[in-house]
Amino acid sequence: MTDTTANAQHFHTHDEHGAAHHDADHKPAFFARWFMSTNHKDIGTLYLIFAIFAGIIGGTISAIMRAELASPGMDILPGLAGGDMDAANHMWNVLITAHGLIMVFFMVMPAMIGGFGNWFVPIMIGAPDMAFPRMNNVSFWLIIPAFLLLMGSAFVPGGTGNGAGTGWTLYAPLSTSGSSGPAVDMAIFSLHLAGASSILGAINFITTIFNMRAPGMTLHKMPLFVWSVLVTAFLLLLSLPVLAGAITMLLTDRNFGTHFFDASGGGDPILYQHLFWFFGHPEVYIMILPGFGMISQVIATFSRKPVFGYLGMAYAMVAIGVIGFVVWAHHMFTVGMDVNTKMYFTAATMVIAVPTGIKIFSWIATMWGGSISFQTPMMWALGFIFMFTVGGVTGVVLANGGIDNNVHDTYYVVAHFHYVLSLGAVFALFAGWYYWFPKMFGRMYSEVLGQLHFWTFFIGVNILFFPMHFLGMQGMQRRVPDYADAYAYWNHIASAGFVLVAVGMAFFFLSIIWAFVAGKKAPGNPWGEGATTLEWTLSSPPPFHQFETLPKVD
Amino acid sequence: MKTFLTLFAAAAAFGMAPAAFAQAAVPEATSAKPAAPQPVVAAPSAPGSQAPRDAISASSQASPAQPGEVSAAQTGEKAPSSASVLSSSLARTAPSATVGQPTDAWGFQPQVTPIGQEAAWFHNMILMPLILIITVFVLLLMLYVVVRFRRSANPTPSRTTHNTLLEVLWTLLPVLILVAIAVPSIRLLAHQYSPPKADLTLKVTGNQWYWTYSYPDFGDFEIVSNMLSKDEAQRRGEPRMLAVDERVVVPVGATVKVIVTSADVLHSWGVPAFWVKMDAVPGRLNETWFKTDRPGVYYGQCFELCGARHAYMPIAVEVVPAAQFAAWVASKGGTMPGSPQRTSGDETATSPITNPGAAAAQPAPGTGPTPTGGASGATETTPTPTNITPGTAKSAVSTQGASESKRGSN
Repeated sequence: MTDTTANAQHFHTHDEHGAAHHDADHKPAFFARWFMSTNHKDIGTLYLIFAIFAGIIGGTISAIMRAELASPGMDILPGLAGGDMDAANHMWNVLITAHGLIMVFFMVMPAMIGGFGNWFVPIMIGAPDMAFPRMNNVSFWLIIPAFLLLMGSAFVPGGTGNGAGTGWTLYAPLSTSGSSGPAVDMAIFSLHLAGASSILGAINFITTIFNMRAPGMTLHKMPLFVWSVLVTAFLLLLSLPVLAGAITMLLTDRNFGTHFFDASGGGDPILYQHLFWFFGHPEVYIMILPGFGMISQVIATFSRKPVFGYLGMAYAMVAIGVIGFVVWAHHMFTVGMDVNTKMYFTAATMVIAVPTGIKIFSWIATMWGGSISFQTPMMWALGFIFMFTVGGVTGVVLANGGIDNNVHDTYYVVAHFHYVLSLGAVFALFAGWYYWFPKMFGRMYSEVLGQLHFWTFFIGVNILFFPMHFLGMQGMQRRVPDYADAYAYWNHIASAGFVLVAVGMAFFFLSIIWAFVAGKKAPGNPWGEGATTLEWTLSSPPPFHQFETLPKVD
Repeated sequence: MKTFLTLFAAAAAFGMAPAAFAQAAVPEATSAKPAAPQPVVAAPSAPGSQAPRDAISASSQASPAQPGEVSAAQTGEKAPSSASVLSSSLARTAPSATVGQPTDAWGFQPQVTPIGQEAAWFHNMILMPLILIITVFVLLLMLYVVVRFRRSANPTPSRTTHNTLLEVLWTLLPVLILVAIAVPSIRLLAHQYSPPKADLTLKVTGNQWYWTYSYPDFGDFEIVSNMLSKDEAQRRGEPRMLAVDERVVVPVGATVKVIVTSADVLHSWGVPAFWVKMDAVPGRLNETWFKTDRPGVYYGQCFELCGARHAYMPIAVEVVPAAQFAAWVASKGGTMPGSPQRTSGDETATSPITNPGAAAAQPAPGTGPTPTGGASGATETTPTPTNITPGTAKSAVSTQGASESKRGSN
């Protein structure tokens, strides 16, 4: 990589950095640089590599699941499980558990907050690094053993077979008295470590954003991506301790004879669900809010227009974060809830549609009157807006406790949350990836491969997930490896869609390889006048230490 | 915040006065009924020799079938559809291909309960058009924007970043739309929690990995319901993964109070055609209800991950005419509620639906079951799950459904 030391006079100009080459970064040697890193950009890169790796594993698990579901009957798993049907069925539960936990804790969160957050929050606020660089490194290196614990749990007994087969929600009593053996304990420890990592990261981001903004960078001038990470960090900080407490109680119920969630000892399994979803609902906004921020940057850049209704956009995210804490029990509409409670959670949940609507309309208004170009990041952003709208309106349907009664724990819910996550969060991740790829790695990606990636993936995920609405409305329950024959048709279509998604991912990996082998050298700002945030004032890639003299923001 | 308070106030208002909405909702629910009650497909029309075989196996299990048949013959004319009453009364109803089990159609399964019809109407007539309009609106806006404001058509971008009127509009309009949704939504919830007086109580217990059902009103007999193997289901002309050996049988037209609990881990008892789903939680007695006027077989599944064989604990509810139900109860060793004199002030026992053979059934004072009348009575007559202590079970009884139903009928 070519390094460029930025200095003060460059900060108010664009595109002038390619010329100023000299090697003044004093980069550490390989081991010290990548294994003892305190540099936010290197740690961000490590997070991204980790997230891609975890995504490959989570995606491979999806492939096995879709292959099993492609037709009725047990086709794949008995072979993998050595012919024993109970072991095969348990393996299914292990796969869905691992898919959920990996995609949530080891793919989306590390990529969004650890990857893009680490890379661009300090740069966008004009800071040289994160507030606590060493703690930043601890955050990253906690997530590796967390992942190893979860992977390792698949190879130790977990009840009917090897691995934790409780679902990513780890509902008691299936996760306590229902799963003997160390697998579930390992999964719990894995979440403890991942949670600690995220809490440390959240502290780091909040401190950085509040204390290390460049002169003139007031809160109301911060790029929306920084706002989104700030709100996300607060959600992490407030919700993860609740998860940590809940799973610690699981652990003591499992191993030390407590009865927090055991009715025979005066406990209550529903208490676990309340604790879990008090974390779990903010968690879904943790996964999507940084995506909102990235989409705002991308839309503004490629429309060559500032974001429409900046304050409304920022405070819509704050509102989503706040309301996100008081709607958790809509995940539990069928547990036998009081009718007034159910009415409250129905109404509160629907309120979230208001700030979300503000965001959707503001993105469209940002494009309105703009001068839009359709490079790959913009395509992902446009795909995001529409697909997130589809996932959002099914969310409004599900918010109605009386309707949820029928579609609860069916494929309708699976369709809904994959529309907001697999087509929402993941689209945002790809938008961010292509948007910042030239900046991070100093090479242009292939526009052809990027567009191919987008279109195959876009069509594929819609074929994959849209039929799930029909399955759910017909009553197909979640988390089953085999199903009634009436569900065969749409499951078959969905599995065909997965093949297209896999082809799309092949284009993704091809585009990475192509960029590093044959990609053109990226200029400091490849996107032109629409790219106004501070990272585009630096070289591509940025110098090892940027902003040694702080930039001044007007 | 203002939005939030508005909606909450609306919710509270509906919660306190659901009865008013109950009146208003009835015509809508009936006018939106997706499928009129269809004639029963009864065992004689089932293919091959199934019916006789099933009848034989059923009666061989339970010797006192004779009183049941007598009562069936005597009360046959009381049943909603006399054509559906079988002489043997014990044959299995053949499932309908389109009602009570999934198909590959778009949309919900045809709903056969009043709640299901109201909910399906709310979804199909309000929510679905609304979300379609919103989605198409956003799509059209985006298409217009990308065509009109593409770089070649509009090389110079505007610098507009604010439009207060627009921002207020796209905040307030969604609020109004949501309030409009909230009215039927909250009303539906109020209806779900305001069941009519129960005609019988059905206790459902989830186990790894089968369901057990007991009938506290009819001698507290219990049936165990396991999934049929693929071959066996095929032999009986029933759907794979949904058919069970022992169906849970209820009389047509009866309001069935369902008490759901679990003996081990979480399960969830759900029948899509009834719009019913209730989690089975160890240590809790959850209550829900259904009522259908259409005889037939309705399939459901376990909806909460409960371990390895979660996919293999289906539900089959067979709704039969009253006389056939009485015969079935007798064949399972249950007893129909006893003498008429014990029924003063007790709706359940005087109900023609649950007590078709009251005159004919042999009164068994002392040994007969105590029919339940009120909502709270059932929870006390149901035995506690085996894995919890009685004391715990009592304290953990979920009475909210019962208390809410009382509040709802005020």
